[in-house]
Amino acid sequence: MATGQVVRSEWTKIRSVASTVWTLSTAVVTTIALGMLISALSKNEFGNLSEREKLSFDPTFISFAGTSLGQLAMIVFGVLVVSNEYSTGMIRASLAAVPKRGVFLFSKLAVATALALVVGMVTSFATFFLGQLMLGDLRASIGDDGVLRAVFGGGLYMTLIALFSMGVAAMLRSPMLSLGILMPFFFLISNILGNVSATEKVGRFLPDQAGSRIMQVVTPVDDDTPYGPWGGLGIMALWVIAAVAGGYVLLRRRDAQ
Amino acid sequence: MIEAVGLTKRYGDKTAVYNLSFQVRPGAVTGFLGPNGSGKSTTMRMILGLDNPTAGHVTICGHPYDKLPNAPRQVGALLDAKAVHGGRSARNHLLSLAQLSGIPARRVDEVLGVVGLHEVAGRRSKGFSLGMGQRLGIAAALLGDPQVLLFDEPVNGLDPEGILWVRNLMKSLAAEGRTVFVSSHLMSEMALTADHLIVIGRGQLMADMSVKDFISHNSADFARVRTPDSEPQQREKLSAAITEAGGHVLPEQDGALRVTGLPLPRISDLAHDQDVRLWELSPHQASLEEAYMRMTQGAVDYRSTVDQKEGLQQQLPPGAQPPMPVPGQGQPGWYAPPPPQQGGQPFAPPQAAPAGPYGAPPAPAAAPAAAPAANPYAQPPQAPQSAPHVPSAEPTKSEDAR
Repeated sequence: MATGQVVRSEWTKIRSVASTVWTLSTAVVTTIALGMLISALSKNEFGNLSEREKLSFDPTFISFAGTSLGQLAMIVFGVLVVSNEYSTGMIRASLAAVPKRGVFLFSKLAVATALALVVGMVTSFATFFLGQLMLGDLRASIGDDGVLRAVFGGGLYMTLIALFSMGVAAMLRSPMLSLGILMPFFFLISNILGNVSATEKVGRFLPDQAGSRIMQVVTPVDDDTPYGPWGGLGIMALWVIAAVAGGYVLLRRRDAQ
Repeated sequence: MIEAVGLTKRYGDKTAVYNLSFQVRPGAVTGFLGPNGSGKSTTMRMILGLDNPTAGHVTICGHPYDKLPNAPRQVGALLDAKAVHGGRSARNHLLSLAQLSGIPARRVDEVLGVVGLHEVAGRRSKGFSLGMGQRLGIAAALLGDPQVLLFDEPVNGLDPEGILWVRNLMKSLAAEGRTVFVSSHLMSEMALTADHLIVIGRGQLMADMSVKDFISHNSADFARVRTPDSEPQQREKLSAAITEAGGHVLPEQDGALRVTGLPLPRISDLAHDQDVRLWELSPHQASLEEAYMRMTQGAVDYRSTVDQKEGLQQQLPPGAQPPMPVPGQGQPGWYAPPPPQQGGQPFAPPQAAPAGPYGAPPAPAAAPAAAPAANPYAQPPQAPQSAPHVPSAEPTKSEDAR
């Protein structure tokens, strides 16, 4: 069983359903549009900020404000790519054709992740440049220290969020269950845990809290986060590895239902 | 060649398949029969390595499925016709499966033509009817031009033309020397399609024999004898004489006698000797469906109960004829209805006119004024299951004919 064949087949699958286009284009549009909006608002509000807040002002990170919503569309993409197999029953035909389940899962994840990476990078660069356009004289330049890392990291962040969702969906199988857990988690719970002082220390080790550190260029004044940008992305990557490994182990062991 | 040895599958404390051993040989259509929930699909999934057996093993050409070199080119399967992403077109669905096995894309168009879906190949499968879905599933099974083919309920939802097509397809695939394993819950369909039968009930093997053997083991010829309905003593007299002559008499639900063990002329002679007039003396063969139902009766998981309707149904106006009940359907001892051309009562006596097309006993409302509100679905009177040889004027639940 040549892996190349499976990869080609997964590409056919992913390009032949409408949900791929819809979820990914939603991710692009929401991230960019919200980023531009917040950037424009921030520019107008800049004069009212305190001195301290002005010191922490991070034009790069502000242009990525849309990621908080755009990542939800990435989550939907990741979940649907995997759980479609289960909700339609196609998984039985797929696994009958690819008895080596690891080859099947990792080919699928590779194709979907590669697509998410391309879309994530395009989104990241687009949202940065368009956001800076909105910020006017407050803008950062791509050549500034740490900015290219942040923009590149923004694309990686989107990709890792999608891959994490794929791992979770491989474990849970049901699209409803996966989305029902992931959406509120990333939209609400993680933000609450990360911003309430009591849970902050734990909350910042959650995948999105840790991973989004990569998009920061200016460290906030009283920041005591115990990891740097790449450290944060590394923590996120550990979460992703755990989710994918869990999905793989369960796929190996379970009956293909 | 598919070989299962001691195959067992448990889900929690429910045993879906228990100690199943069988062989499916090439060059023949092997029918896999069993009531709903008897473990057919579970067995098929285990053959394809989708479910892991709790005990035992199953191999294809000597290898477990996941060790089979180039499995999708050797084995094709239709498991679930609706197992297709509804938003994907038929061609893309098949193309993704073809690419998995390294099959060239032009083969996709070939199989689409074979199953007659070439005109709708670009349409999303969401809009497909069940029959079109089955055709798509069969196309997927044929993609790799495999030597071993598994079909789970392939004729579900197909129109008569489609059923005939599937039947001929199975036969031609087998004639090419392939192994064809087809599950169904329809004995009548398998009798026409299969060469060999594997029957399971509640996950256990009940029969593994050729269709020819199955027929000769399970369906005996019998004669139906009817004496004048107005003279029950004649029937008793004839029953006694036949029994004495070594025949086997079984009263049927509509008052006729089912006689086995004696040729027709002998029965005629006996009647003549006893001075009994005959209204009917006809040769019959118990249907395969009947034999199958008797075999799997104890193993049916989902049995319907009589709908009491909780008195919700409107009462029929006095004097109206309620529709005829089909007696005892799904109950132990039920005989499958004979085909209409046999079961109808072409020479029905006038007083038995309300008897149904399935040879039902006259319903309680045969005297309409007596029971105008009789529940039309109520069961007919039931005689005790015992004493099959005692001629009885009552309609009895039928017994084993042999």
